[in-house]
Amino acid sequence: MSNITIAEISKNLASGKYSSVEITQDFLQRIKQNDKAINSFITVTEEQALAQAKAADEQRQNGNASVLTGVPIAHKDNYCTDGVLTSCGSKMLSNFVAPYNATVVEKFNEAGTVSLGKLNMDEFAMGSSSESSFYGAVSNPWDSNRVAGGSSGGSAAAVAANLIPGATASDTGGSIRQPAAFCGLTGIKPTYGRVSRWGIVAYASSLDQAGVITHTAEDAALMLNVMSGFDEKDSTSMQLEVPDFTADLNNGLAGLTIGLPKEYFSADLDPAMQQAVSDAVKEYEKLGAKVKEISLPHSHLVIPSYYLISAAECSANMSRMDGVRFGYRCDNPTDIHDLYVRSRSEGLGSEVKRRIMIGAYALSAGYYDAYYKKAQQARRLIKNDFVNAFKEVDIIAGPVTPTTAFNKNEKNHDPVAMALGDVFTVALNLAGLPGMSINCGQINNLPVGLQLIGNYFEEARLLNAAHQFQQVTDWHLKSPAGL
Amino acid sequence: MQWEVVIGLEIHVQLATKTKIFSGSSTAYGADANTQADVVDLGMPGVLPVFNKEALQMAVKFGLAIDAEIHHKSVFDRKNYFYPDSPKGYQTTQLYYPTVGMGHIEIELEDGSTKRINVTRAHLEEDAGKSVHEGFGSSSGIDLNRAGTPLIEIVSEPELRSAKEAAAYFRKMHSIVTYLGICDGDLSQGSMRCDCNVSLRPKGQEEFGTRAEIKNVNSFRNVERAIDAEIERQMDILEDGGTIVQETRLYDADKNETRSMRSKEEENDYRYFPCPDLLPVLIDEDYIEAVRQTLPELPDAKRQRYISEQGLSAIDAGVLSANRSLADYFETVAETINDYKLAANWVQGDVSAALNRLEVSIEELAVSAEQLAYILKLIKDNTLNNGGAKEVFNALLEGKGDDTVACIDTLVDQLGLKQVSDTGAIEAIVDEVLANNTKLVESYLATPEDKRAKAIGPFIGQVRKAAKGVNPQVVMEVLKKKLSEL
Amino acid sequence: MALDPKQVHDIAELVRLQIEDDQVQEYQENLSNILEMVNQLTSFETDNIEPLANPIEIAQRLRADEVTAVNKRDLFQSIAPQTEQGYYLVPRVVE
Repeated sequence: MSNITIAEISKNLASGKYSSVEITQDFLQRIKQNDKAINSFITVTEEQALAQAKAADEQRQNGNASVLTGVPIAHKDNYCTDGVLTSCGSKMLSNFVAPYNATVVEKFNEAGTVSLGKLNMDEFAMGSSSESSFYGAVSNPWDSNRVAGGSSGGSAAAVAANLIPGATASDTGGSIRQPAAFCGLTGIKPTYGRVSRWGIVAYASSLDQAGVITHTAEDAALMLNVMSGFDEKDSTSMQLEVPDFTADLNNGLAGLTIGLPKEYFSADLDPAMQQAVSDAVKEYEKLGAKVKEISLPHSHLVIPSYYLISAAECSANMSRMDGVRFGYRCDNPTDIHDLYVRSRSEGLGSEVKRRIMIGAYALSAGYYDAYYKKAQQARRLIKNDFVNAFKEVDIIAGPVTPTTAFNKNEKNHDPVAMALGDVFTVALNLAGLPGMSINCGQINNLPVGLQLIGNYFEEARLLNAAHQFQQVTDWHLKSPAGL
Repeated sequence: MQWEVVIGLEIHVQLATKTKIFSGSSTAYGADANTQADVVDLGMPGVLPVFNKEALQMAVKFGLAIDAEIHHKSVFDRKNYFYPDSPKGYQTTQLYYPTVGMGHIEIELEDGSTKRINVTRAHLEEDAGKSVHEGFGSSSGIDLNRAGTPLIEIVSEPELRSAKEAAAYFRKMHSIVTYLGICDGDLSQGSMRCDCNVSLRPKGQEEFGTRAEIKNVNSFRNVERAIDAEIERQMDILEDGGTIVQETRLYDADKNETRSMRSKEEENDYRYFPCPDLLPVLIDEDYIEAVRQTLPELPDAKRQRYISEQGLSAIDAGVLSANRSLADYFETVAETINDYKLAANWVQGDVSAALNRLEVSIEELAVSAEQLAYILKLIKDNTLNNGGAKEVFNALLEGKGDDTVACIDTLVDQLGLKQVSDTGAIEAIVDEVLANNTKLVESYLATPEDKRAKAIGPFIGQVRKAAKGVNPQVVMEVLKKKLSEL
Repeated sequence: MALDPKQVHDIAELVRLQIEDDQVQEYQENLSNILEMVNQLTSFETDNIEPLANPIEIAQRLRADEVTAVNKRDLFQSIAPQTEQGYYLVPRVVE
């Protein structure tokens, strides 16, 4: 089938072509039919979804509908949803029915969207393949032997398979952009501080940022309009005016300067990937953009810096998973130490354990300066690279990933290989910049992502550039065979 | 060998904010378990901290009160350790960039002299919850109401040289934080807790000896006793040629001894790092100046003023200025009657005695400052003599009056305390006393001239027995005159 | 930068994890490889570079000291492993 977009559903709900209950039932039906093979949902909240849809239809009849009222979506399972299992893909939280809503969930509820459930992910968002979930690996709808990417693999796979038109997701080192790329979708990670982190279970607090995965830039803009904005519950939330992200979508790109970092196009990059990205850049030139080579000289520090900072923050963030106040507790603990050690060892998976241990090691007595502090210093240099680059260009373009979706079980026993796959995405998290992934081609029937990087709080410019590309190409319209 | 004692204190002060340092939960004491612990205090997945404005202001206030450097940038760090009363598995504190830097206070020593003690730093942090070990069988119960209560931890330099000095330092800090109104000062509720670092070194040696840290001492008396017990323990070991192990110890007040809690090897590797959920706290000179404007007169300044402007003794001034409520009471009385010395005598004397006897605070005392001032005014205008005043004061304590000043006039009338100064009336009483006590008169007359001043005493007693409110000066004059005429 | 088995156990203990004997070697290798990767950092010059803890370099916002929380103990404890009389229960902690 062809991809169903949020904009289209919104239009049809407004015109009365179908009701929210009807479209919700359609999607629920598709989930029932197709998700066994994909495994993108951890929880489907059918009853609540239908109740929300009914309420949305009433709201519309009363003339109080907003653009997204009645539109079905789903949330990544690290978004706390009041009264609904919020497992983060972990055994540790496999019984955690969140007692409160994330701010983003609250905002979508207020906008009248319908939540169909909770989406699968790498355990606690630590991974790039969505294979580490306690609820099983997510399959890529384009090729079920391949990974959907991660950690927001469930979000991407569900949208790619048209089980939902759009999903929330979170991105700590590429967890929105990489699965969006692997599944042929549009993904956006806004600027750090643009969207509230309240209620999104933290992996690495200074890197985590909420965003969305959709088919189109227009849909992403519609969702960002709902979820962005200052939240007094998040100290790192920015007190800034939020623009209407759809307002600039149709602006022309004449005069736009696109920077191509030479470090992203080294000889190591797969020639087919290089070609796909170069073709996309040519489209931009046709649209009137100018292209300029730039340099991000500290790119080689990105992976180690990211790995240390994320591991250090995660090691502390995960300490609350202790079996005392919520979550999994081991059977018959003999003493408090046993309770901690067994609850955590039984409740957490090996990738999570590895990161906690690396983080603890990097922060332990005698190593702080050599590891953690050094990583923070590298982070400053990496940020400065971008600050300097944006003095010359408006946006930066490059690949999202070094390869297309890899096979299941290919990298999940090699954490270093897995980490190296994030080489193009993690720099933005370190710098806190907004980034997008849009589908720009295929290699052997697998989608290729183009990454667009914007200056601080310039999501609108990114969305505009992505939308313009989608007006002259049809990659975003393609959907996996058989779905 | 002669040993020198080296003591440093770390005092945890609970700040008197309405809400917790990082959440909107109440900090009120005594609520049912876990009813004042919201998602932030429970360390639920996904929650985030936001820093309490008032906690910052209180910390800065304290810093200014001890003449400390106030840092324009302070940063919260995570201190990682697992304990059931620490819900996040880390404590949010300030290791590298505390809000308050180096400052100092003066402590008064027993001989009336003062000693300056330097304060290394004071940092903001969150309190832990409480573990209850009784009543849950083989389990402990965890109450997280206290978790997240704002604290400042005040770290002294190791400049205290005896348990007495340490207790004086703790008292002085108590006095300062209660003066500032940043802590309720209620030690019985754990509002101030003290960790004592104690070591000994041979007199004259520069280098510090190995220290032991006594955790969580929570009364003035116990600070002194715990440290003395620890000094004794260490001295015994050292005198026997042994060595002190660096460790954390607990004080057992019942046995009056300290016991080992954990050794240094068992200490955690706390893995401090800046909390990524909080941003640096930045304040400027304007902010600091504005806080400075809110500072009350502090105990040292008050004490100095009592001595230099009002002529009180150093001891009186010290006692009266140590507690803000007492000082406020004292000053109300003194200023109303415009007589600091008379007010000081009464507040130091009868008022303090009553507080001790009745075990009440000055706020709870049945005699208000206004009432005492009125009683003293009656002394000054000769309406009451000293004994009469005490009688009215005690009557009020016994609840015979109410909280008005007017009730004092009624009591004076009811108790017949109005002083008789009329010479004629007193002469009549004296005549009657002399007539009824012929034996006394005889023995008086038998007394040699130079010792008669003393022998006059019993007559005064008899006169006052006959009529309470007589003016003692007039009685004396009349007695002298009448006796000399015999 | 290879870790030995004891180091693996020590780090695990620090964060209250237990690595089973048959997994120690795998962790040892994985962690050692990661450390080797991050050691690239140690070779570059960082003197005078201010560490960056958070990408947005603004000041901490301050919250008004007003009670906003209401008592939701029953809801919170409905998802707790073990509670009694409003307390969270854990095996007895001795000091």
